[in-house]
Amino acid sequence: MAVLTFTPEGIYCPAGDFHIDPWRPVPRALITHGHADHARPGHGAYLATHAAGPVMRHRLGDIALDWIAYGETRRIGGANVSFHPAGHVPGSAQIRVEVGGEVWVVSGDYKVEPDGFCEPFEPVKCHAFITECTFGLPVFRWRPQSEIAAEINAWWARCAAAGQTAMLGAYSLGKAQRLLAAIDSSIGPILTHGAVENTNAVLRAQGLSLPDTIPVTPETKGKDHPGALVIAPPSALGSTWARRFRPVSTGFASGWMQLRGIRRRRAADRGFVLSDHADWPGLLQAIRATEAEKIFVTHGYTEIFARYLRSEGWDAEVVPTEFTGEDLEEEA
Amino acid sequence: MKAFATLFTALDETTKTSVKTAALAEYFRSAPDDDKLWTAALFSGRRPKRAVTTTLLREWAAERAGIPLWLFEESYPIVGDLAETIALVLPETETPEERSLSFWISELLTLSQVPQEERKPRILSAWDRLETRQRFLFNKLITGGFRIGVSQKLMTRALAQATDRDESELAHRLMGDWTPQTTSWHALIEAEDAEAPLSRPYPFCLAHPVEDGPENLGPPTDWHAEWKWDGIRGQLILRGGEHFLWSRGEELMTDRFPEFARAKDVLPDGVVIDGEILAWDHATETPQSFANLQPRIGRKTVPKKLLKDAPAILYAYDLLEENGQDLRDRPFDERRSRLAHLLENQPDHSPLRLSPELAFDSWDALASQRKSARENRAEGLMLKARASTYHAGRKRGDWWKWKLDPLTIDGVMIYAQQGHGRRANLFTDFTFAVWKGNELVPFTKAYSGLTDEEFGQITAWVRKNTQQRFGPVRQVKAVHVFEIAFEGIQASPRHKSGIALRFPRMARWRHDKYAAQANTLDDLQELLSLYG
Ligand SMILES: [Zn+2]
Ligand SMILES: [Zn+2]
Repeated sequence: MAVLTFTPEGIYCPAGDFHIDPWRPVPRALITHGHADHARPGHGAYLATHAAGPVMRHRLGDIALDWIAYGETRRIGGANVSFHPAGHVPGSAQIRVEVGGEVWVVSGDYKVEPDGFCEPFEPVKCHAFITECTFGLPVFRWRPQSEIAAEINAWWARCAAAGQTAMLGAYSLGKAQRLLAAIDSSIGPILTHGAVENTNAVLRAQGLSLPDTIPVTPETKGKDHPGALVIAPPSALGSTWARRFRPVSTGFASGWMQLRGIRRRRAADRGFVLSDHADWPGLLQAIRATEAEKIFVTHGYTEIFARYLRSEGWDAEVVPTEFTGEDLEEEA
Repeated sequence: MKAFATLFTALDETTKTSVKTAALAEYFRSAPDDDKLWTAALFSGRRPKRAVTTTLLREWAAERAGIPLWLFEESYPIVGDLAETIALVLPETETPEERSLSFWISELLTLSQVPQEERKPRILSAWDRLETRQRFLFNKLITGGFRIGVSQKLMTRALAQATDRDESELAHRLMGDWTPQTTSWHALIEAEDAEAPLSRPYPFCLAHPVEDGPENLGPPTDWHAEWKWDGIRGQLILRGGEHFLWSRGEELMTDRFPEFARAKDVLPDGVVIDGEILAWDHATETPQSFANLQPRIGRKTVPKKLLKDAPAILYAYDLLEENGQDLRDRPFDERRSRLAHLLENQPDHSPLRLSPELAFDSWDALASQRKSARENRAEGLMLKARASTYHAGRKRGDWWKWKLDPLTIDGVMIYAQQGHGRRANLFTDFTFAVWKGNELVPFTKAYSGLTDEEFGQITAWVRKNTQQRFGPVRQVKAVHVFEIAFEGIQASPRHKSGIALRFPRMARWRHDKYAAQANTLDDLQELLSLYG
């Protein structure tokens, strides 16, 4: 029997009777990380890493949550499970499942480039690897984070000199804090939207260090904070909330900013190519490192990516899924 | 090319005209003359001749990137731009070189002169020497099309700011059939005594659409009305004993329309006329349909039969020059009466006719005339202020087009494909069908007309409701009905439905209709018999 199977609820382990990142309510869910497309409400019991747990509590409320350390092996039914750093956001994990000596790994979301902020990705050897491929096309290759951070710093400094507020759109869990940790906080004050600041508070409370930020309140006025950088969820850019900071130059940090067409559609003044997912070389590097002979691909350009893997000699398949309604541009 | 790349990025990153103009003006102040000349050429649609086919470019790029060709081909529609796809798949260069824009263009010009087998190593070497952004621009120079919202008008304004010259004078200087190989920056832009080339046309005066109705335009007596003909806007120039015919797209079409050689026999020299090129029925003295003119547009030489079946005339709207004198500052009324006088008593074989004025004493009366536009083979009405000068480009207020409401039909969406460029991640290209009994017959494709939000909704739906894939095309469940608006309809044996539409677009997502309530092929055929 297969270690993991694909059911309408999501990835399922028959030997341990649990699901991984299920999208429909199940009795027992192992969660790779706290993003909404992975950690959904309504499950009977949750298991996540110590670093992922607080954000899930914050987002999902009073759930029945059990914790596990990276590298710790736990026996669930007939399966041994352990969680390993995925390098995606703080606490994110790949989940290793071993049944009778056969090892399968579910990658969750991951990136291989260390970002100096979350636990760096660790390859896990396995027989079968279920990998995301959000950016599984050869046109996606990231430049080093330090170069992108320098671009953002230069833009911010230019805005500050021109009397504009620099407003940077970034997902409130992960990307926002990674940016905070990477940019040069000496350029000016950093203000944060409530959604970002709430996550900051959760992560600070678990011991992560972030530069000082000023939460935006209804009373906040742009002119009281000259030269400021404002970090907000993408949806806040261009909203009435953003108006108080005018004149504004908007930026958006995402892997999708690699494509000019999407950059233009986003209608931000600047696009910064920064992703918490693996790029094309990163995906291939991660897959090779697992030494797996069987690859399942999910989330992204699955068909193209699987076909490429097959042409390179892997036994690769697309994860059959009913869940196809996601917006490719949400990079959670 | 760094300065040009910086300019391109600045233009690309903003939608604000003022910011674009400033960036371009700055470039025109600081770049070397040869680069400025090429930049002016590129932004006015003049490109170096393409020396390599896109098929070869794709093969070479895939090879250089070490990926199979099919993978390149799958990536291309997602990126939406060939030049960009190539720039992104190639490995990052380790030793970028800094050369000027004109350097790389001269590389491209050389390319078309060397034997085929030398082209590949030259292109590969260029790719290896360019950093990603410049590599993208280099590819754009090969494949053509810098669509970054820089209109000729915007560029002319920037040039005016940078050179302290009059905008309309510059607009005129930029018209015509110059290329960077036939002129210099000095001769084109700066030379004071530059003898204007005989063939140089005037920038066309363009109209804005009337949005609600013409009632707000003031008293009808201030306005001249005429049909907006459905042909090719053109400018006929008679100077120095020669004649030149230009399209609005600044294409010299003299050879394609040999009929106009006769203009020299019926009109004096030193005359420039603005009008509409139409296929003409000389027996009834009425225009033929646009469909009949169409085969003549793409042809450099015209077969005898086509010349006989679809003879062209210029339906004259306006007189821009007479006795070698620029009349554009004179009021429209004066230009028009001089035009009428000039075209009095034209012989039958003349390739010119005066587009008739439509008399009206109230806006209501005009509105009812407009209803008969389609029967007259017109697209609608033109309204021109009697006192107006002939502007360069699109200036609000003096000229208005009052088009007919489009024809519409409700079709069922049956195929979907991802968009290009700005909409690379959305499904935006759809095929629509009408009913023939229980069968759905595809009749048109349409790309535009929905909001980004609607495209987002339909994209999510397409992902969940794909029944079959044919390459990038997905067959979807026949559920959604869209109102398709279009400007014209004609018979077309090449299409399964037997009809072809002009300018089809999605006017409305008919959430209120089931697939079964969409229109039928009979409905379409009725429209064809009425308006085809
Ligand atoms: Zn995800
Ligand atoms: Zn995620």
